[in-house]
Amino acid sequence: MVKGILGKKLGMSQVYNDKGEIVPVTLIQAGPCYVIQKKIKETDGYDAVQLGFGPRKEKGVNKPMKGHQAKAGAGYFYHIKEVPCDDMNAINVGQEIKPSELFAKGEIIKVSGTSKGKGYAGVMRRHGFGGLPGSHGSLIQRETGSIGMHTDPGEVFKGKKMAGHLGDVKVTISGLEVMDVRDDENLVVVKGAVPGSRGKLVVLRKQGV
Amino acid sequence: MNIIDKYEKEQMKDNLPEIRIGDKVRVSTKIVEGSRERLQVFEGVVIARHRGNNRESITVRKQSYAVGVERVFPLHAPVVDKVEVVSRAKVRRAKLYYLREKKGKSARLKELRG
Repeated sequence: MVKGILGKKLGMSQVYNDKGEIVPVTLIQAGPCYVIQKKIKETDGYDAVQLGFGPRKEKGVNKPMKGHQAKAGAGYFYHIKEVPCDDMNAINVGQEIKPSELFAKGEIIKVSGTSKGKGYAGVMRRHGFGGLPGSHGSLIQRETGSIGMHTDPGEVFKGKKMAGHLGDVKVTISGLEVMDVRDDENLVVVKGAVPGSRGKLVVLRKQGV
Repeated sequence: MNIIDKYEKEQMKDNLPEIRIGDKVRVSTKIVEGSRERLQVFEGVVIARHRGNNRESITVRKQSYAVGVERVFPLHAPVVDKVEVVSRAKVRRAKLYYLREKKGKSARLKELRG
């Protein structure tokens, strides 16, 4: 069975649960996903499947990718990613993977995506530093302060938290509950927020994979 | 219609009356007391309405023993059992927040007949 699926974050909304409480949810269009390649333990050292998601025109695909994707015969895709898989005999190349094959209502899953880029950010925003005094003659407010000692050790330690680029990294959120799965629209509704902006690629995986 | 819009519209109630600003409404909400469930009625004037598919809500204001009380009802929530329009009033604004400053006779709205 395939342990993950690719999807597009559509946006957030609210639903009422069985108790009548308002629950924040994210809607994800998970599919249609097709198996492009099988990776088998004997030849590749591990079991996985390569999934394609997001239909693409043939003229937009370069020659090496065209040859690779044509083998599956399921068209061409924008996004190609590997997800773990077991029971490889049940999977065929070119097969479509439906969200309901993986996830059921009430299941806890994890979702990976690329977080929103925030650009060059200072230490207060990037690392949650407290900042420096606002008064009593302080000339700086939002800067780091000291970044180390004097001649001993005579260097700034590696990994020192400083200002720099924030966001636009891969983030995985686990423990998200599946509120609804619909095969006709390839829709997966999960409780809470998922990383990234609307329209971006997300990977939904089973917990513990 | 995009998928989110469609998903939200599916959860909307279709038995709600047409509610306008200035309407006097009677809202029944379900209250659970232990194992028993009963209806609580809140009657007052609709002073604001926030649209947005299944997130739509109204703010209802009433005077209770000379104290102004406002409650926000999410119209499509399961706890809101029934909304009845008692009477309508002629208003010229979308949000009647000015009623908060008014007391007694000046806090009345001109009723609409017919």
